[in-house]
Amino acid sequence: MQELLSPEGLRVDGRRPNELRKISCRASVLRSSDGSAYYEQGNTKVLVAVYGPHESRHRSQVQFDRAFINVEFNVAPFSTNERRKRSKNDKRLLEIASAIKQTFEPVVITTLFPRSQIDIYLHLFQHDGGTLETCINAATLALIDAGIPLHDYVCACTAGYIENTPILDLNHTEEASPETPDLTIAILPRTQKIALLQMESKLHVEKVEEIITAAMHGCKFIHKKLDDAVSQVTKELSEKLNQ
Amino acid sequence: MDIDNIEKVKQESALLVTPGYLITQDPEFMRGHGTFAEDSAIYSSVSGVVERINKLISVRPFKQRYQGEIGDIIVGRITEVGSKRWKVDVNSRQDAVLLLSSINLPGGIQRRKSESDELQMRTFFSEGDLVFAEVQNYFNDGALSLHTRSIQYGKLRNGTIVKVFPKLVPRSRSHFHSLPCGVDVVMGVNGYIWVSKHVPQSTVEANAEEIYSNKNEKISTQERETIARVCNCITLLDRLFIKITDTSVIYTYEASLGHAAKEILNHDIAADLADQVKARLNDH
Repeated sequence: MQELLSPEGLRVDGRRPNELRKISCRASVLRSSDGSAYYEQGNTKVLVAVYGPHESRHRSQVQFDRAFINVEFNVAPFSTNERRKRSKNDKRLLEIASAIKQTFEPVVITTLFPRSQIDIYLHLFQHDGGTLETCINAATLALIDAGIPLHDYVCACTAGYIENTPILDLNHTEEASPETPDLTIAILPRTQKIALLQMESKLHVEKVEEIITAAMHGCKFIHKKLDDAVSQVTKELSEKLNQ
Repeated sequence: MDIDNIEKVKQESALLVTPGYLITQDPEFMRGHGTFAEDSAIYSSVSGVVERINKLISVRPFKQRYQGEIGDIIVGRITEVGSKRWKVDVNSRQDAVLLLSSINLPGGIQRRKSESDELQMRTFFSEGDLVFAEVQNYFNDGALSLHTRSIQYGKLRNGTIVKVFPKLVPRSRSHFHSLPCGVDVVMGVNGYIWVSKHVPQSTVEANAEEIYSNKNEKISTQERETIARVCNCITLLDRLFIKITDTSVIYTYEASLGHAAKEILNHDIAADLADQVKARLNDH
């Protein structure tokens, strides 16, 4: 059993408990899509393309008062230690896609686009824990890049608990350890409302609040990063169009 | 920063905002596109530049799908044939509608449409065909209604389509240009541009029966190469965010003549051509 927290209080990858991994991101990376983003959080890397709003592809999905959001999540075969091709109907992937869809449905102002469809395609290139959080952050960036109206950013972060210490932004080693509870939270930074809260392990009820607070703290930091990326792209585009 | 400061800020640079940005809390303002109201305050919902007309505040995003306006000249692709109507992809948030009653039927403008016309709609336009049309109206849900009731509109043939960023095609008096290099260009404001072999207007009018023909005329190798070169010139303008007008296309075409058509988009050559074109555009 590997030690997850050293006696000096450092984690397996040398971070302090309340430290996020390095985030680097960029919007507008693809030409063919309406909006796109590339997002890295530590070694977790994801590429998102947003198409839409456009005419619905399937009659059955048309909603007469709002747009339909379609999310597809794919994992590259080379993304994990063990090379493995996943089927399109992998339950785990569908679950993540549906969590992302539910997170964005109340945030995107879909009522402006009746009978339309918005596609969000996510592709995970490298997996090192925190898949859902990276996907949500990347999708926010891509949606903004596509010019789709949102009530707010959606910022997600994970937090866990190791040896009585709340830790932020778990990597794969920490996530995979059976005794580490891990919680994913997505917030709307302006109103501090919670858009998504997901935890699949046991945790003492008294400790929940503590790690939610820690995760929300992380979300605010991520919000700043995303906002910087958006401002940068908007500024570049504004200069290009007004040259 | 509050809205009252916008006037001051505008002199320096436009106010760029991101989603969720508080624009004003003053209840006397009205919210326009790209904003939403919450507790009598106005927030931005997109990332873009704030615009204010009297008491109306809106935010204009830089990147957005095409938003139609009545009178726009567009190029679209038929996606569906329905009863008495076609659905047309126009790069907008919904497919536009082209009603059977808003096209010119072959055999004279004055002809009334009959039931047999409804049955042979596919002989006029079928799936995949490209149309040159004008926006006639909106429907309640925001979908566009098109018409092709003019000799210059109708089915497109003898050429190829180039898709560009819609914002780069400005609305202007004329969207149909016959370039001096012997190529016709139709610039749809929706970002679809049609480049085709030049056919004199008199020939088009003489062969009015052929307006729904699916057959290309004979296009020589040289004409094909010119079309390809113009397409690449337009793609180049799109990549470098230069406004696409007949002038800028002609300038790019002339500047590109020193290179083979297929080389125009190579990174170094493209950058070099763009500099020349920008310099020439600024001169005028």
